[in-house]
Amino acid sequence: MVSGDTIAAIATAMSQSGIGIVRVSGENAISIVNKIYRSKSGKKTLNHVESHTIHYGYIYDEDEMVDEVMVMVMKGPRSYTAEDTVEIDCHGGVLVVRRILETVIKNGARCAQPGEFTKRAFLNGRIDLSKAEAVIDIIHSKNEFALKNSVNQLKGSVYEKIKDIREKIIYEIAFIESALDDPEHISLDGYNDEIEEKIVDLQKETKKLYENAENGKMLKEGIKTVIVGKPNAGKSSLLNKLIGEERAIVTDIAGTTRDILEETIFLNGLGLNIIDTAGIRTTEDIVEKIGVEKAKKYANDADLIIYVVDALVPLDANDEDIIQMILDKNVIVLLNKTDMHPVITEESLKARLDKPVLSISAKENIGIDILEDTIKNMFFHGRINMNEEVFITNVRQKEAIGRADESLRMVLQSIRDGMPEDFYSIDLMSAYSSLGEVIGVEVGEDLVNKIFSDFCMGK
Amino acid sequence: MFEEFYDVVVVGAGHAGCEAALACARLGLKTIVFTVSVNSIALMPCNPNIGGSSKGHLVRELDALGGEMGKNIDRTFIQSKMLNISKGPAVHSLRAQADKEEYTKNMRMVLENQENLDIKQAEVTEILSQDGKVTGVKIYTGTVYHAKCVILCTGTYLRARCLCGEAITYTGPNGLQAANSLTDSLLSLGIEMQRFKTGTPARMDARSIDFDKMEEQKGDDRIIPFSFSTDPESVQKEQVSCFLTYTNEKTHEIIRNNLDRSPIYAGIIEGTGPRYCPSIEDKVVKFSDKKRHQVFLEPEGLSTNEWYVAGMSSSLPEDVQIEMYRTVPGLENCKIVRNAYAIEYDCIKARQLKASLEFKNIEGLFSGGQFNGSSGYEEAAAQGLIAGINAAMKILEKDPFIIDRSEGYIGVLIDDLVTKDTLEPYRMMTSRAEYRLILRQDNADIRLREKGYFIGLISQKQYDLLKQKIASIEEEVKRLESTHIGASKENQIFLANHNSTELKTSTSLAELIRRPELNYEIIALIDKDRTELPDEVKEQVNINIKYAGYIKRQLHQVEQFKKLESKKLPNDFDYKLIKGLRLEAMQKLNSYRPSSIGQALRISGVSPADISVLLVYMEQMKNNHE
Repeated sequence: MVSGDTIAAIATAMSQSGIGIVRVSGENAISIVNKIYRSKSGKKTLNHVESHTIHYGYIYDEDEMVDEVMVMVMKGPRSYTAEDTVEIDCHGGVLVVRRILETVIKNGARCAQPGEFTKRAFLNGRIDLSKAEAVIDIIHSKNEFALKNSVNQLKGSVYEKIKDIREKIIYEIAFIESALDDPEHISLDGYNDEIEEKIVDLQKETKKLYENAENGKMLKEGIKTVIVGKPNAGKSSLLNKLIGEERAIVTDIAGTTRDILEETIFLNGLGLNIIDTAGIRTTEDIVEKIGVEKAKKYANDADLIIYVVDALVPLDANDEDIIQMILDKNVIVLLNKTDMHPVITEESLKARLDKPVLSISAKENIGIDILEDTIKNMFFHGRINMNEEVFITNVRQKEAIGRADESLRMVLQSIRDGMPEDFYSIDLMSAYSSLGEVIGVEVGEDLVNKIFSDFCMGK
Repeated sequence: MFEEFYDVVVVGAGHAGCEAALACARLGLKTIVFTVSVNSIALMPCNPNIGGSSKGHLVRELDALGGEMGKNIDRTFIQSKMLNISKGPAVHSLRAQADKEEYTKNMRMVLENQENLDIKQAEVTEILSQDGKVTGVKIYTGTVYHAKCVILCTGTYLRARCLCGEAITYTGPNGLQAANSLTDSLLSLGIEMQRFKTGTPARMDARSIDFDKMEEQKGDDRIIPFSFSTDPESVQKEQVSCFLTYTNEKTHEIIRNNLDRSPIYAGIIEGTGPRYCPSIEDKVVKFSDKKRHQVFLEPEGLSTNEWYVAGMSSSLPEDVQIEMYRTVPGLENCKIVRNAYAIEYDCIKARQLKASLEFKNIEGLFSGGQFNGSSGYEEAAAQGLIAGINAAMKILEKDPFIIDRSEGYIGVLIDDLVTKDTLEPYRMMTSRAEYRLILRQDNADIRLREKGYFIGLISQKQYDLLKQKIASIEEEVKRLESTHIGASKENQIFLANHNSTELKTSTSLAELIRRPELNYEIIALIDKDRTELPDEVKEQVNINIKYAGYIKRQLHQVEQFKKLESKKLPNDFDYKLIKGLRLEAMQKLNSYRPSSIGQALRISGVSPADISVLLVYMEQMKNNHE
């Protein structure tokens, strides 16, 4: 929000192809990138290079080389934002670009708000004033998207965990603050000893969250892939094959209902968020009905649908339902159980639904590799789009968790330094607020409300 | 028709009205203050103390700016205590028990002897205005008082009604006459009103209280005055004690059995009450797991037998009150002089005000105190002073005087009032001040006295003293940062004696002060070149060095805050014109009309994205005008 500080973002579309660019802008852009840049000889420093020059070298995250890059240094006002700007051109690849962005952030930049580069460019006079409306539109639409997606992107279990940590934190703050405001009614005697243990526990949790964010366990990022089909078409066996031992199973998802199963897998750095749904059929059973409704909803939101058809049973009204539902979606049709005696052929299916059809046997592991190739090709040829804002949102969330963790660390430091409660309750509040950013809620009057609801003030 | 002409009319002579009237008169404006009774000037109708957590900060700040409350309590207190002394310096807070009658009498004398200030006992019934500009007031006799500015400080008097169980009287506090006409006049000016409620406990006859059954609560040995102008030696005196006792299950049972007769629980009270000072009924219902609640007995003054029963405010009927109070140890035979009661009154939604406390829609009309939806004597006085100063600034054609959130609790108080929807009487709390590590009561003079001087409420002499103090603090801090001591035997022994790590290399004295186990006083022994400094200088030196890291962090946050605060927004802007703002943000912005980007961001329902949109739009506007 505040101009002047240094922001960073990924400037290129998120895809596996071509090169990726991470853009850094602001007062400390050059010095921040310099911290993670190493030239071939190891001697060059970016701090003193000419404006508008390009430098070959490597990006390092501490001692680990991340990628071979070209770094372009542009000093303000002759840059897009009219501030000092550095662009890091790297070898594309979703994971690499993101890793570089994260490294830049770790070294002092802040993740740019949606549309912030454009906003800065505008405010610094680099964009024609007549374009103000367009600039506002960009900010508006990017924010709407980020807002809608930030919470959706979190796994249910992570969301619950963060809520739980926040609840514990706000209780402690409220206790401290009510005692400070009403010392004669509420006493903090001995509290310093007891709080340390609690904060140690909480910090363990934020640290774990941060580490999980680091290796992708926190977020449902990736292509939202939904498997649909009639009951017993072989959806679950397919999922099991896809997440089989040869692949990294990232995690299972707690908090999903018993009839919807969700897994994340990676195909060559491409995240696939796979949701296995309840079989779709007309039913009077209430529990099953809810499952079916949910399956339909997921299918509707999906980036990619894998429609599994049982080759041994003729198409029926339930298949008709499914076909109607997925007509205008990205779909791969899998004709399953083709190792047995199919009554449906690829051709007959194609006639019903104009989508790629693959013959497989989930059970016998036939055709799974072709499926993977098909998915990859669809993605790299732009048939499936991943919105880069999703990625950025995730980096932002991770950054916020990092800040919360850092705040709790400072709380512990203060406690160990023997500082009084009123000092560290401020950092507790920062942690609370940062975690709020992750799940998209503002602090508002939370503290005052908590004080009054949980602690009996005097007078 | 009889007419009078003034620069400023102040309506009400409570804690807000007194400060407002004094400020205007002291700045040379012809001022009149109206009160329903001259005997109720600066009346303390509720608790018999001034200050307390965060409220003490307000009084200190008020004093730094040239207000009267701090001086008046220094003249009339009968017990004094610094609260939270075991905590950090930011939350140390001064509280003094007042002799209520003396407090009122002394303040009245200050007003009566103030040049340019007239006092008039009369109910103001109408606010006069023309073309959106205030022109004066009319009183109950029909006389018109013309004025350039009017300051409303009506406290809890507007359409007041007091409830003691089934007994309802249509009076202000202490049975004083309510003001029943003014609300209609305000409504006809288009001012949005709301109804709040607050309450007070019973007063008891000391002869009926058995103090032996209670714990004595003494004042501090060394008394620190509120006012920076008061000589500390002049306030060292004999103090009276307060006493602590507790409610019990029996008390709670009586309350529970009679809840249907409580006007609150029976639904008779319409006003919203404050959650921070709940009635004893509320405490028992909401915190049913608590076996007992504290009750403090506090004297109302030296020349009266009345004692205030803090912690047991109530609106239960008289017979239930007697029964419930008599279950408390020490109060078994108590006689009630004044019953506890709840009071309901009209006040405004303060978002109609600018930060200068002038109405956005009515030029020259200002307001302060409980009328603005706050509670507490100190909150009222602080607003009264700011409203008074700003009325004067307006007449003197100077810029409005605004304290922002990073400069004082007064800034936090007023910003909260005008930026947030207050749904209950607003009380100052230290947790509301996000920059509290730098907004301490000990440095209120350093923060604000210069401002008071430029306004004209602080004398040249006081200002010179302040500059001297600041210079010696800076000099001493510099000396300690640059004076290094080595690992001599004497120093090592000294450190060992204080459980402090021995030195490996030479280090600055400031570094030693920053060690948790040491401070400025303690290291005096190894600080050979030290010259003796006044206590208040030593205190600042110690705090500035010891907490330098925390203070620096807060100063950095303040810097960010100031950037947004300095981006001003026009008052008359129609936010509907900005495409791209979300509907909720647009409505909120149109209703609050914030004065800066910073304030806009604090309005609930306005997101950072809306602010970005706003910034872009403002930039375009600015360039179009050039």
